[in-house]
Amino acid sequence: MTPDTIDQIFVISKHLLLGYLPSSLQPVVSAILSVVPVLVVFPLLFAITTVLERKGLGRIQNRYGPNRVGPFGFSQPIADGIKSLTKEDIIPRNADQVVHFLAPLLLVLAAFLAYAVLPIGRNMVITNLNAGVLFFFAIGSMVELAVFMAGWSSRSKYSLLGAMRAVAQMISYEIPLVLASIVIIMVSGSLSTVDIVNLQAGYTSIWPHWFVFTPWGFAGFLLFMVAATAESNRSPFDLPEGESEIIAGYYIEYSGFKFALFFLGEYLGMFATSGLAITLFLGGWAAPFSFLTWIPSYFWFFAKLLVLIAVFIWIRGTFPRLRMDQLMNLAWKFMLPMSLLNIVTAGVWHFMPAGIVRWLVCIALLVAPCLLLSRLLKQGKKLQVRTYRFAE
Amino acid sequence: MLGVGILKGLTETARNFFGSYVNKDRLTTIQFPEERAPRIEASRNFPFLVYDGTDAMQGLRCVSCLICEKECPPKCIFIEKSTDKKPDATGKPQFYPAKFNIDVSVCMSCQICVEVCPFDAIKMDNAFELSATDRFDDLLWDKNRLAKPNEYYREVHPTEAAAVDAELAAARAKAAAPKAPPPPPAQPATPTATPPAKETPAEK
Repeated sequence: MTPDTIDQIFVISKHLLLGYLPSSLQPVVSAILSVVPVLVVFPLLFAITTVLERKGLGRIQNRYGPNRVGPFGFSQPIADGIKSLTKEDIIPRNADQVVHFLAPLLLVLAAFLAYAVLPIGRNMVITNLNAGVLFFFAIGSMVELAVFMAGWSSRSKYSLLGAMRAVAQMISYEIPLVLASIVIIMVSGSLSTVDIVNLQAGYTSIWPHWFVFTPWGFAGFLLFMVAATAESNRSPFDLPEGESEIIAGYYIEYSGFKFALFFLGEYLGMFATSGLAITLFLGGWAAPFSFLTWIPSYFWFFAKLLVLIAVFIWIRGTFPRLRMDQLMNLAWKFMLPMSLLNIVTAGVWHFMPAGIVRWLVCIALLVAPCLLLSRLLKQGKKLQVRTYRFAE
Repeated sequence: MLGVGILKGLTETARNFFGSYVNKDRLTTIQFPEERAPRIEASRNFPFLVYDGTDAMQGLRCVSCLICEKECPPKCIFIEKSTDKKPDATGKPQFYPAKFNIDVSVCMSCQICVEVCPFDAIKMDNAFELSATDRFDDLLWDKNRLAKPNEYYREVHPTEAAAVDAELAAARAKAAAPKAPPPPPAQPATPTATPPAKETPAEK
């Protein structure tokens, strides 16, 4: 078997299976064969991520983390699954029963729908929509609806507060998220995720053509990742579920498997946005060096995904939660101007002749305003050592 | 500069992460059922009855004076005083507890029974794995289960036990001594009235 066959093994076997079917059944079976692997692989990845995250956070805090169930604690997700399945499913008496039931389903549905446009390997994408990125963001905003449904229908003050926070945060960060990815659409001239990856799959000698290796691409990647962290409600932007403030936020009234569904939806959302970051900035399924192209493309996609997940866990283990005003200031006063500036820089990059001058101009266009802006934002604040008068 | 603090924080957590795999001293967790920390001498959890000698029921220091039962704030001690007297470890006839029960589920580990006991008969244990499967019989401990030898007391609370032992020895010697030196001049005719000439200290 040539490396190319191994790379395309799933595509080839799917076509082989479809060949045995009458042509009237082929579209339906083709869709099922494309969708089911995604429905299996990503929840499995979720299960592995939960245990890896708990172990990683434990190590960051100099402790072991789960190590009881199975070898090195890696069967912990099974135990968690059984536990959440056997728990009583409580619906508050005053809750809006229907909406309360639909919210977790909608969340998971929205998270899964986003995978429809993610190319997880060469020729491996469920649908190659020509407005794929647009579809992704449209589906992504369904999460806000699900979150607000959960918070509103529970009839609890905590869940309502959590939902309000979540909606405010998600809407605020959706703007830098979309603006950060606009540069990619500008440069590639396409909204199709497959086309965007294909553009990045070339090499100059051994170096890849990933968009992250340009000034605007790097800035866009950082902005995208910060906004993605906020979008997926992860620490340090986990105000909607801030345990120390509003206990569990919008899913406080959920128990048992519905709670697990919220968890699943949240992680699937995180994987999907990470997958989009990989698609837009990190070359999708493309290998990082030209001599590594013999390794199958889907391997590279999942390797990059795991690296991004590790970064998410690392960040979660490091930073304390932001305050609400800090969160909003970061989104509107810093990330929004920077992402707008990034679009200008991408335009400048496009119209300047290739060379070192283009690099210097674009870096200066991004770094100088970034420094000035951060200096400006700091000016009004009195940064001082906090003194504790009564706790001494 | 913007972002320096973020990088500092990330390096610190990364150092912790990799350090915990390299340096075992970083992991301070004791994995409980397999590993155990040494018991802390000053800790206390549930009282036990001290006995001297080898026979638990014979050597119980308790003379069932009922002070602990009266003082116990949650009223978890139940004593039935004996009607007859029985020689204790030193041979002196004493009342003894016919029944001495403590309810584990009620005891609040306050140590007041220990403080009030004039005979050093009840002391605090630091064993903490007291859970049981039967909530009625297994949690009401009778005197057979409560009795533990003085050697055990020395083991769990060495400092305290040494002090108590010294005090007891001094008291017993004192109880014996006045009988020995003064009697010859005053009453030389009663050496057989209290043959062992030792007794438990009546009062502290």
